[in-house]
Parts: sequence; C-alpha cells; structure tokens
Amino acid sequence: MHHTTAVVVGAGHCGLAVSRCLAARSIDHVVLERGEVAASWRTQRWDSLRLLTPNWMTRLPGFAYSGTDPDGYLGAPEVVRFLEDYAVASAAPVRSGVTVTSVRPGGDGYLVRTDRGTWNAATVVVATGGAAVPAVPAVPVPAAIATVAAADYRNPDTLPPGGVLVVGASASGVQIADELRCSGRPVTLAVGEHVRMPRTYRGRDILWWLDAAGVLDERYDAQPDLVRARNLPSMQLVGSPQRATVDLTTLRRRGVRLVGRFAGVRDGVAQFSGSLPNVCALADLKLGRLLNTLDAWADRSGIDVEAPQRFAPTEFPASADLSMRVGEGGIETIVWATGYRPDLSFVDAGVLDRKGRPVHDGGVTASPGLYLIGLPFLRRRKSTLIDGAAADARELVAHLITHLDTLACRRAS
Amino acid sequence: MTTSLVDNGVNVEALLGAREAFADAPRIAQFQWRSSVSWVNGTHSRADVQTFFGFGEQQTHRKVFAFDIDHPLQFAAQDNGITPVEYVLVALGGCLTAGIAAVAQQRQIQLRAIQASVTAEMDLHGILGADPDIRNGFSGVRVDYRIDADATSEEIEALVAQSQKRSAVYDILTNPTAVTVNVS
Repeated sequence: MHHTTAVVVGAGHCGLAVSRCLAARSIDHVVLERGEVAASWRTQRWDSLRLLTPNWMTRLPGFAYSGTDPDGYLGAPEVVRFLEDYAVASAAPVRSGVTVTSVRPGGDGYLVRTDRGTWNAATVVVATGGAAVPAVPAVPVPAAIATVAAADYRNPDTLPPGGVLVVGASASGVQIADELRCSGRPVTLAVGEHVRMPRTYRGRDILWWLDAAGVLDERYDAQPDLVRARNLPSMQLVGSPQRATVDLTTLRRRGVRLVGRFAGVRDGVAQFSGSLPNVCALADLKLGRLLNTLDAWADRSGIDVEAPQRFAPTEFPASADLSMRVGEGGIETIVWATGYRPDLSFVDAGVLDRKGRPVHDGGVTASPGLYLIGLPFLRRRKSTLIDGAAADARELVAHLITHLDTLACRRAS
Repeated sequence: MTTSLVDNGVNVEALLGAREAFADAPRIAQFQWRSSVSWVNGTHSRADVQTFFGFGEQQTHRKVFAFDIDHPLQFAAQDNGITPVEYVLVALGGCLTAGIAAVAQQRQIQLRAIQASVTAEMDLHGILGADPDIRNGFSGVRVDYRIDADATSEEIEALVAQSQKRSAVYDILTNPTAVTVNVS
C-alpha cells in the first residue's frame, strides 16, 4: 500500500493544474495516469482538429503558451507537447500507465485501487474529465451500418465509401461534416439543439469577447438554471488559420444536407425530427441575446472595436427531409458527434445519482475530501476550457487544504 | 419567487415545485394518459376522458370530458364532431399556447392576447390508398401566432421558440413514437 496526502486521477490539463496548485502549497501527492500525460489528446482526436480557444487562452497555473502565434489555435499534437512541457516545468509527480479501478472511502481517507497497487490518501481529486466517453443516443441503428464516434474518427479516408450521416451540430459535428463534404462525399447533418457562434465578432475572436466581457467567468452558483447551463451543447466553432465561421448556413451552401434531430433507423429508413426550424430559431435568438450582451459591455467599457454586427438568420431547407434511405447508395456511415460524458463508474463513494452522474457543489462532493474537476460548468462557464482549469484548481485545492486542516485538528483534539 | 404584477394565470411556482419534487422522487414523474373510445355508428365515435395516472397515484379530472369524432357531410358522413386530424390541430395549438403562457409568466412578461391559427396540409391520395408515394398523415403543419404582450418582438419570438422546445404535442408530431395496437 502506497501512502500520500492527495491522489489526483488523470494527467490532462485539469489534473496537472491541480498538481501544480498542490505543489505550490507543499501538499504531498501523486497524479495517476492510465496512459501518458494528455492521453486523450493522443488517442481521441481527429487529424485536423484544433482547439476552439486561441493560443493566448492556453494558460494554466504558472504556465502559458509562449509561441509566436497568440491568435492561432493549437492542433492536438501541439496540445500534447504543451501539456508535456507543463508536466516537466511543474515537476509533476505523474505515474504513467496506472489505471485507477476504484476510489472508495477507507483507510486514512480513501483507498484508490489501481492495476499497479493501492494508494491510501486523505483526499482524492478526480480529473478524468467531462469527455471521458462518447454520449451516443439510444436510437435503433442496424448492425450493417458502420458507426463511428467523433473521438474515433480520424479523417475522410478512414470511413467506408459513400454517404455519411453526421449526428450532432456542435463543434465536432460541423467540423467533421465540413471536412467530409469537402472530400466530395454526400453528407447529411442531423441538427438538434446547438449553440451558434461566429468565430469573430466586431473584428475580434469571439472567445476574446466572452473572456473580456466576463461571460466565461460566470459562476455556477449564480445560474438561475444550473441543470440547463451544465447541459448546454458546446459552442459551434472551429479553430482554423483563416478564423473562418462554419455555421449551418455555410455548410448548407457547401452542399451539406441539413435535417432535424436523428430519431434512428426503422425498416431501412433513417428518420429525422421535424423540429429543424425551431432549433435554428432557438440558436439564432440565443446568439442575438449574446451579441446584445457583448455590445452593451463594449459600450460601457468604451473599448475600440469595429461596429456592431448582426448575422442573418440560419438558412435551412423549407421542407427538410424527414427520412432517408440507409445503405444501397444512401447513408453508408453514421458519425456520432453527439457529445461526451464523464465516466465516473470507478468512483464508489455515494456521489453518483441514479443515472450515474456526479452530484457535487462546484466540484466539492458530499464525501469529504473527494473532489471533481473538468466537468461542464463545474464552477464557471469556462470550466471545460483549458483556460478554466486555473481558477477551479486553485479554489478546489484551497477547499482541500481546509479539509486537511479539519482532519489535523480532529486528530489533535 | 416573489409576488409580481405579471399575471398570466399560470402558477409557475407550482410547476417549478413539481420539477424539484421529481428530482427527489423521479418515479412520481411517470404519468399515463388515457382515453376510451366507443363506436357510435358509421364514422361517428365518442371518446371519454376522465382518469389518468401521475404523481404516484390514480387521478381524476374534475368531470368526464366527452368528445364526438366524426367526418363532415362532404365525406358522406353525419358531421357529429370534428375529424381525428382536427383534434391533432386542437392539441398542438392548445399545447403551444399553454406553453407560451407558462414561459411568459416565468419570464415576467404580461400577455394581453394570443391568437393562433393552426393549419395542416394533407393529400387524400394517401388515406385512400390511391398513391403509394403519398403518406397518410400531414405533409406539413403550420402555426401562425399573433401575440399582444409587454415585450419586444425578439422576446415574443423567444417565448414561442421555447414553448415549442418544451411542448409534448410538438414533440409527438415532430418525432417518431412507437405505437402498439392490441385486440382482445
């Protein structure tokens, strides 16, 4: 049995940020990592993927992007290098190739079982992320159709020939649909609720606006409907050197067929919801409200930016297809770009609800000394962005230290 | 929630209270809706709606609601009631309009008047079996709202969009539903 004060599970950007904050407070700890540092960035990203956030936002506690292109967007290999450099610079105590199989209360705090022995620690920070496994909807799909989750997609050449149905119109879905369409394939994009976002607004990156106007800093405990805020799809964005906006109108003009939410395949026919007009209206209205907020902030702060813009309503087909043939020259492959969910099935501490979702208050669980980080809107709107790790890690480590102090006082008395 | 001057006659506190109660006891959110239909004659049937199940127990409407269903004289029927497809339009308009009132109340928007015109297109080749390429049901449904409220046009559009997003009948019409019909 190994002993330490804190076990951090996962050496992605969140785990490393927590490690850095623990080290700064001289808390003895280890970071257990199933693969190597930044494992999911090595294995679960398609070739053309880039971060949605500009390089100047690639900043973690005590470390930040220092290259020559602050307005560009890192590709996956560059993110891996950045996090490797961070681990080295922080001298993070990462144990690679260690898979945690369970975390449960026991011993002096928690017993963390792994495929390489058991750790006993007073505190545990689970930093395995909000995107551990693809969230694939439970809809009927015949076994004969090839299906691939966005995390396993690489490039158009790796898919079987023929038409592709991309399910989901958030960042992953629009990027993959665009790439497949540009490769010459017939592409159908099934569109549910989505968050329309222009890449640039009034001459600046939209992330600059969201950061500067404080939108990304909005706190979880100030949300009127936190469930809704935590379930919001990711922003419909792409990080490209051209800083291009790829929205539904763009895709439609490039020949992508837009349809409603995918309802499954019945009798060899893919079925789609008739709600496409409303999900487009919802996204257009929501974008309008966001731009109103940003304009009001710009007026108050008197910054020097270009004139306000408004974007034309999303162009969608007057009567979108409600069904489409599967196989035989129709849809040959389905790409699930339906988002991700955390996998906390190894956490056995009574902190999951009936659907296996974690119950927490800003990352603090009801099990004293057990913390979560990197989940949607954990403490702030930016909690799932790389730039969101710093503030969350600092606050959770501060809470963790208070907990250690409480334990110390209890032992002393 | 504090008392406010906006009153659309919707008890939003009760609805939000139900959502909170469901979080603690998800089973009580399981509802069953019921209608019993008796054939009268020809295309004339009568449907009674009285009970439903929800909040963990059997429930009853204030009284039995009865609905005549028939087809118009132009179909060589007696027109004792509206057609089944017209009931679908009634349901959609009623559901969306109730949703608008509820969302407006929650968003503190005072409504003065809501008018909806619900129309559906249908090609009878479908139900008559005269053209296999034509479906039985609607080829399209259209709802046109005229809303008078203390709100900007954008806020009113957002009310209507949100109502669709949370509407049961809108979902029933726009998405497939498994239907099982048994005979005993």
